[in-house]
Amino acid sequence: MIFAAILAGGMGLRMGGCDTPKQFLNLGDKPVIVHTIEKFVINDKIDKIVVLTPKNFINHTIHLIDKYISDKKDIIVIEGGETRNDTLINSIKYIDENFGIDEDSIIVTHDSVRPFVTHRIIEDNIKAAKRYGACDTVIPATDTIVESINGATIESIPVRDYYYQGQTPQSFNIKKLFNLISSLTEEESIILTDACKIFTLKDEDVHLVDGEVTNIKITYPYDLKLANTILEDIHD
Amino acid sequence: MINIVYRLKSPKFFEENIDEIELDGVIVRPTYLSICQADQRYYQGSRPAEILEEKLPMALIHEGIGEVVYDGSGEFKSGDSVVMIPNTLDKKDVYSANYSYGSKFRGSGFDGFTSDLIKLDSDRLVKIPDDFNPHVAAFIELISVAYQGISKFNEIATTPKEALGVWGDGNLGFITSLLLKDRFPDSKVIVFGKHSDNLSLFSFADGIYQIHNVPEDLVIDHAFECVGSSASQSAINQSIDLINPQGIINLFGVSEYPIPINTRMVLEKGLTIQGNSRSEREDFVGVVKTLKQNPKLFEYLEKLVTNICEINSLNDLKESFDVDHISNFGKTILKWNK
Repeated sequence: MIFAAILAGGMGLRMGGCDTPKQFLNLGDKPVIVHTIEKFVINDKIDKIVVLTPKNFINHTIHLIDKYISDKKDIIVIEGGETRNDTLINSIKYIDENFGIDEDSIIVTHDSVRPFVTHRIIEDNIKAAKRYGACDTVIPATDTIVESINGATIESIPVRDYYYQGQTPQSFNIKKLFNLISSLTEEESIILTDACKIFTLKDEDVHLVDGEVTNIKITYPYDLKLANTILEDIHD
Repeated sequence: MINIVYRLKSPKFFEENIDEIELDGVIVRPTYLSICQADQRYYQGSRPAEILEEKLPMALIHEGIGEVVYDGSGEFKSGDSVVMIPNTLDKKDVYSANYSYGSKFRGSGFDGFTSDLIKLDSDRLVKIPDDFNPHVAAFIELISVAYQGISKFNEIATTPKEALGVWGDGNLGFITSLLLKDRFPDSKVIVFGKHSDNLSLFSFADGIYQIHNVPEDLVIDHAFECVGSSASQSAINQSIDLINPQGIINLFGVSEYPIPINTRMVLEKGLTIQGNSRSEREDFVGVVKTLKQNPKLFEYLEKLVTNICEINSLNDLKESFDVDHISNFGKTILKWNK
């Protein structure tokens, strides 16, 4: 089976002290998270969509899905975790307990605050995860990367051609991912905030999928303002 | 749902735009698209400045096939291959939809097919068999225009159809000649063109002539003009000279210029001039049926595929238009991965 995990567990602390997590704020006339879920609802290859939200937003999320999405038979809302990794583990555990995980099971994990993800990116993720076992969505880095260990002077300026900016989805063979997560030490678990990094740490290949410059993450109030401005523009 | 559309912002400059579509129709992912001369005119900026200002930014391309992603109505299944009809109807109109004032045309009046997803009403899609050659299927829209013109001609032609003359050795001339041969196997299809290289590809035709070298005693019963631009004038007037009385001259070629024609002879021979552009659902259905019944047509039509470009970026899209621009024959097909 192919699962999507929409990671909406964060409280959006960078959103300028806003009480509502950014995934529940409106983009155009719908909450950001609804736009994101819609992208997975229309994809027939995905069997189940697991939405992971903070505990006190579970009911709210269910109401939003009821209100905005007519085809909701394959959407499940469960509690996320403290960290991104915990949230991911919650999704895997839920899938294992309720549907079972076989050798071919795939999970497409996606930030709830990236509503501009394209159908093509999701399709490419599914293909790459099936074929290679793990993939990450990236775009080539455009800014020069400057490395500084002490925060005061430059350590190095790596060749930009070798660097990419990570986006989501990140997609995996679930069995492989679960085995790797289970093998992490407690110390490793704390520092590994990115699922793809778990693979690289264990010397497992992660395939690159082309992202899009439009696949932005709504992190700061400015991002939401910008996204709303673009949407208002098309409504004129 | 949020969608990403790739629009021509100004000549030779594409940009990503964010759009919104409702989930109340059929959602299609484009797979293979084909560049038409009309797209090329927008891309090159060769339309009048006031037209460009009015229509851009706009997603180009109105010839293409795709795969159904989602259909709430259940009429189509996910994964169905479909050809997309670019004409959007004003159903209240009294005129045939393809000529109605109220109809809107993709890649001309509103966004064409260069986007992540496309929402269409289910009657704007015709299912195609999975084994259709996608490079040829990508330009079914162009084939349907020739099909539509030939169908209309067949309804009104009263005199014999022994010799059918086609002017033009380009894509539409090739397609029209081929469809005429398929529809009227007992008729002679005679092609008139300028370029001997192109004409040599019309091996299925019953006669091929360069326009300056036509036998004096040659006559035709009906004419199909697929030339366009300023060259339409000489093509139409030559057809008026060669055509038998009460013949029909079917015009397909688009021209940016006024075209003087020999009306004295049009009157004297009692000719009918019929304009053709665009097509409607029944024409798409007709083409799909024709191709299904006669798969050999794919072998002929594949000769028209001169460039196949994989589109992974806006730069690839730009390069495909540049490649198409320098090709003097054939179709540029876009394998849409963007």
